Amino acid sequence: MAESTMKPPKIAIDPVAWMRQNLFSSWYNSLLTVFVGYLVITSAGPLFTWLFFEATFLGDKPSDCSGTGACWLFISERLNFFIYGFFPQEHQWRVDFMFGLMALSFVPQFIERFPGRKWFGLFGLTGLPVVGYFMIPGGWFGLEVVESTKWGGLMLTLILAYIGIIASLPIGILLALGRRSEMPIIRGLCVVFIEVWRAVPLITVLFMASVMLPLFLPEGVNFEKLMRALIGITLWQSAYMAEVIRGGLQAIPRGQYEAADALGLGYWKKTGLIILPQALKMVIPGIVNTFISLFKDTTLVLIIGLFDILGTVQSTVTDPAWQNVAIEGYVFVAFCFWVFCFGISRYSQNLERKLDTGHKT
Amino acid sequence: MNNTKSIAIGTAMLCGVLAAPFASAATTLEAVKDKGHLQCGVTSGLPGFSQPDDEGNWTGIDVDTCRAVAAAIFGDGQAVEFTPLTAKERFTALQSGEIDMLSRNTTWTLTRDASLGLNFAGVNYYDGQGFLINKNLGVNDATELSGATICIQAGTTTELNLNDYFRAKGMEYKPVVFDTSEQSLQGFVSGRCDVLTSDRSQLAALRSKLADPSSAKILPNTISKEPLGPVVRQGDDQWFNIVKWVLSVQINAEELGVTSKNVDEMLKSDNPSIKRLLGEDGDMGAKLGLQHDFGYEILKHVGNYGEMYERNVGPNTPVGLDRGVNALWTDGGVLYAPPVR
Repeated sequence: MAESTMKPPKIAIDPVAWMRQNLFSSWYNSLLTVFVGYLVITSAGPLFTWLFFEATFLGDKPSDCSGTGACWLFISERLNFFIYGFFPQEHQWRVDFMFGLMALSFVPQFIERFPGRKWFGLFGLTGLPVVGYFMIPGGWFGLEVVESTKWGGLMLTLILAYIGIIASLPIGILLALGRRSEMPIIRGLCVVFIEVWRAVPLITVLFMASVMLPLFLPEGVNFEKLMRALIGITLWQSAYMAEVIRGGLQAIPRGQYEAADALGLGYWKKTGLIILPQALKMVIPGIVNTFISLFKDTTLVLIIGLFDILGTVQSTVTDPAWQNVAIEGYVFVAFCFWVFCFGISRYSQNLERKLDTGHKT
Repeated sequence: MNNTKSIAIGTAMLCGVLAAPFASAATTLEAVKDKGHLQCGVTSGLPGFSQPDDEGNWTGIDVDTCRAVAAAIFGDGQAVEFTPLTAKERFTALQSGEIDMLSRNTTWTLTRDASLGLNFAGVNYYDGQGFLINKNLGVNDATELSGATICIQAGTTTELNLNDYFRAKGMEYKPVVFDTSEQSLQGFVSGRCDVLTSDRSQLAALRSKLADPSSAKILPNTISKEPLGPVVRQGDDQWFNIVKWVLSVQINAEELGVTSKNVDEMLKSDNPSIKRLLGEDGDMGAKLGLQHDFGYEILKHVGNYGEMYERNVGPNTPVGLDRGVNALWTDGGVLYAPPVR
């Protein structure tokens, strides 16, 4: 028993040894270390100087900016526009309310011991879009109508991505199942749908939805541009989603199907209880990957004149009252996108760990 | 049961349902009045023409043109909703009825006027393509530009005009093509090209964004005509007349010295032209299907053409454009509106 309590040999962790082992193990590694170190030091200095040390944070007009560092005043002055677009000031609390609900639904997912966090997540996936449907456009419970032409900024980006994500997952699952169906007509329809939508770029889909579709409808019959874009994005995304999920379905060993059949389960019970839970768990990285790429692809709505966060920034950086604020604007947009995409990614890793049942090698 | 017959009836009913909303709004004016606001297509961000300000309100000369029409109809310059449109979408949006009028920095050409089912209702800004050049190069005239590297925006008429101009003069150039005006400016600043070409109004706005605006200048040559103005759908002459005459009223008002500040005093004026303009005399409004004092409302809420110009693109704005050809005909420009009588 004495051996089993013996501690493992202590590994030398003094900095010099660590550096010798990891940074200067051979002459070419040493050379690369020096070279990369030089690059980092020479570029990080000016970058941080521009971003923080010489940047202007306080003030309220273009002339307050130092001119040498970043002019963050431009962002803070226009922040309202970047977040809400043209949403009327007096109704912005409705959007804030939705932001709050969204945070309430998803932030607990990162906290391991949060009580009932599953229910918060479930609400985020089902109740949240319903509440949003009533809150944001208005017209119910005495809320004034705010037309979708006035939506914009971060709020519009989130709406587009959120609805695209929420709606494409179930449609994608159905399409994937349909493609593996033994009924030839259903299989044929699903194959055609997936191959057609997946073979066109999103920019074409959006352009068709915004420019061509109205020409086919009779004059006066119109549905909103945002609605057309949303339908286009959802259908396009569900074709991608279907293929990701089909990958998961194909990875399930035949034995699982046969075992389910042997238990006497019907098609839907077999799929819902045995196949899908395993398949979906397996393709979480793939699903999240498509979510993240959709989140970034929503910026393409710019070409059909919808003001997502990038659109609002792009339309204001040309303002002649501000001198060259384009870089600040784009850095801000990049930061916003990074925050959300990184959040989605962390959450998915969290989910993978939680659902891991030890089959991973 | 005759299948063909029932399909025919079904189709007819479906068509009836689809056509119903279209039939009920006979004219654009009635449809706009029913909605309670004017839907106007603008650019998604062009300084001086249409751009959202700090509070997210649209400003610019194209925007004011829309507001003037709204003022004429509703007596309220705010009764207008804006649809930002890209260059590619603009005509479809108008044709499909998504917007009531287009005021989006759009050049009036024969092809557009004759083949798109649209009517140009006038010109609210006379533009032309020019060149922005670094002063160090010592070039004073576009004819000295042979062999120059030129920054252009992709997919615009400027690309074609440039080609025409250089070919006509038998000169060579190297194009460097960018997607947006912001990028083409960066190209110019970083020295990718010697010359930047675009509409003169845009060049002025871009020049004002340089670190040292005095280091660059706009050459005197104008190589194309770009009359920019509001556009409406063809086939509704009343609506076409309204948009056309709203602009004419603004130009006539400047000629007669009526501004948004003195319009209330001008109501007492003895000048018959001013009386007709402001609806104190005659029934000019009724002829267009508007209120008798629509001219007063336009001037009260938006002002005359000169005020609109000075406020958005004039010398005291960051865009800083002189009146140039956009001055009244009496001041040596080309603005000449038919009389209100």
